[in-house]
Amino acid sequence: MSDDTTRLFIGLVGVLLTASVVAGVLSWRSPKPLRSTLDNLNARIKAWWIMVAGISFAFLFGTGGVILLFAFVSFAALREYVTLTNTRHADRWTLLGMFLIINPVQYYLIWIDWYGLYSIFIPVYCFLAMPALTAMRGDTSRFLERVSEQQWGIMLSVYCISHVPALVTLPIPGNEGRGLLLIAFLIATVQGSDVLQYVFGKLLGRHKVAPSISPSKTWEGLIGGIACASLMGAGLYWLTPFSPLEAGALAALSCVMGFFGGLVASAIKRDRGVKDWGHMIEGHGGMLDRADSLVFAAPVFFHIVRYAWT
Amino acid sequence: MRGGASLLQIASGSLLAVLARAVTGVRPIWAGSAPNGRQRIYFANHASHGDFILVSTCLTPFERSRTAAVAGADYWGSGRVRQFISRRLLRTVLVERNWVERTADPMQVMLDALDTGQSLIFFPEGTRNMTEEPLLRFRSGLYNLAAARPDVELVPCWIENMSRVLPKGALLPIPLLCRVVFGESVMLNEGEDRKIFLDRARQALLALAPQKDGNSR
Repeated sequence: MSDDTTRLFIGLVGVLLTASVVAGVLSWRSPKPLRSTLDNLNARIKAWWIMVAGISFAFLFGTGGVILLFAFVSFAALREYVTLTNTRHADRWTLLGMFLIINPVQYYLIWIDWYGLYSIFIPVYCFLAMPALTAMRGDTSRFLERVSEQQWGIMLSVYCISHVPALVTLPIPGNEGRGLLLIAFLIATVQGSDVLQYVFGKLLGRHKVAPSISPSKTWEGLIGGIACASLMGAGLYWLTPFSPLEAGALAALSCVMGFFGGLVASAIKRDRGVKDWGHMIEGHGGMLDRADSLVFAAPVFFHIVRYAWT
Repeated sequence: MRGGASLLQIASGSLLAVLARAVTGVRPIWAGSAPNGRQRIYFANHASHGDFILVSTCLTPFERSRTAAVAGADYWGSGRVRQFISRRLLRTVLVERNWVERTADPMQVMLDALDTGQSLIFFPEGTRNMTEEPLLRFRSGLYNLAAARPDVELVPCWIENMSRVLPKGALLPIPLLCRVVFGESVMLNEGEDRKIFLDRARQALLALAPQKDGNSR
């Protein structure tokens, strides 16, 4: 395992170094002050260095480190999400419960590897308990709206994201002790697809996919990015228990899901009149701006792998 | 470097800043009044006990150590726990709001604090705003301070979302993103009428609030 981890790490650093050098040359040769695209590109690459460092650091601590990392990602995502929703005084206990009880319990259940409960804890028990608690407080104004927003928030930010570290618990025959690499495979392909879609969109983008939702999502970016990222996923098959073909197909599926995640997140932001979810990651916006694709990709990837490989 | 604050006050101020960042991810938006080292009165909208923590979290460590919050003595000076918090743990200037029973002139208390070089966090509405209105009418305090100490900068600070994080009567904060927008400083013009100045200052603060359609700067 350590050999593959080292290879992956060296590969990542190589990609980031290349990106930094290319962006550095571009910045050096273009007229000052820099265009905002280039400024943003530099900020994004810098943030990528920090994110890769953070993820690598968590991986050093094994499963526990990765679970803690994603519990934090969920916390930050939920905080950004709830900030944009309608909250009333009567929602306080439900909201506090989402942050202080549901999020820690969900990740604890993954830590103790209790699949039977972590897969239904939120969609069954919290789904029913949260509106009950809200109703007990008696405030019916916009009740349906408030309750639905809470459900959505907990599903997107906690339930879906928690399926990334849950990959480590999958008992895939012949893959013992390599669960973290499966996580690395998913993150690398989905985030790689985001970056490649951005690059292809900037270079070739002409035809918008959904002009009323996002001006930056184009068919050229979508097809080029997903095709490239799927090839990359096939090339990363050595991280996984899959054959190159299987790895490519799973990568393609994850990237398509990731695209839908970004699209839905954009629709929510557009509805609420904001450009970014927050300001946590410079150049990228908030945590959800970076994690929206993983939100949609992780549960589907998890269940397909679970169905077909265990 | 300590600006007259005790070590305990500096420590608890830093701790509160760490906590405030963990819960609210608060970020200052400097819209015309970047930190410049001058003595200042930060005047802000007020709906939560957490308000002054957010403003002081946004300041540089030095500015934070010399900045005191102006608070009501009737609330923060009563009871042992509150007294310990307001006098020992935090840096506050307690003023008596009830002017029938008061023993010290609030203006004099605040001017004394300014004269020792402190910056102040001041809530010109006089109390926490529990109405649907974004901002109440300003009391005269801000005008009196501006007239008495014209060298001190008056910086409007719009505090966003804190009333949702920690509303009146709540013990535990809900984690939500907050921002504090620091606007251009307001100056009292030569011979300017009290009401006109207060209205101008109020408009300067209101102008920093996000628009209703939710657009952020």
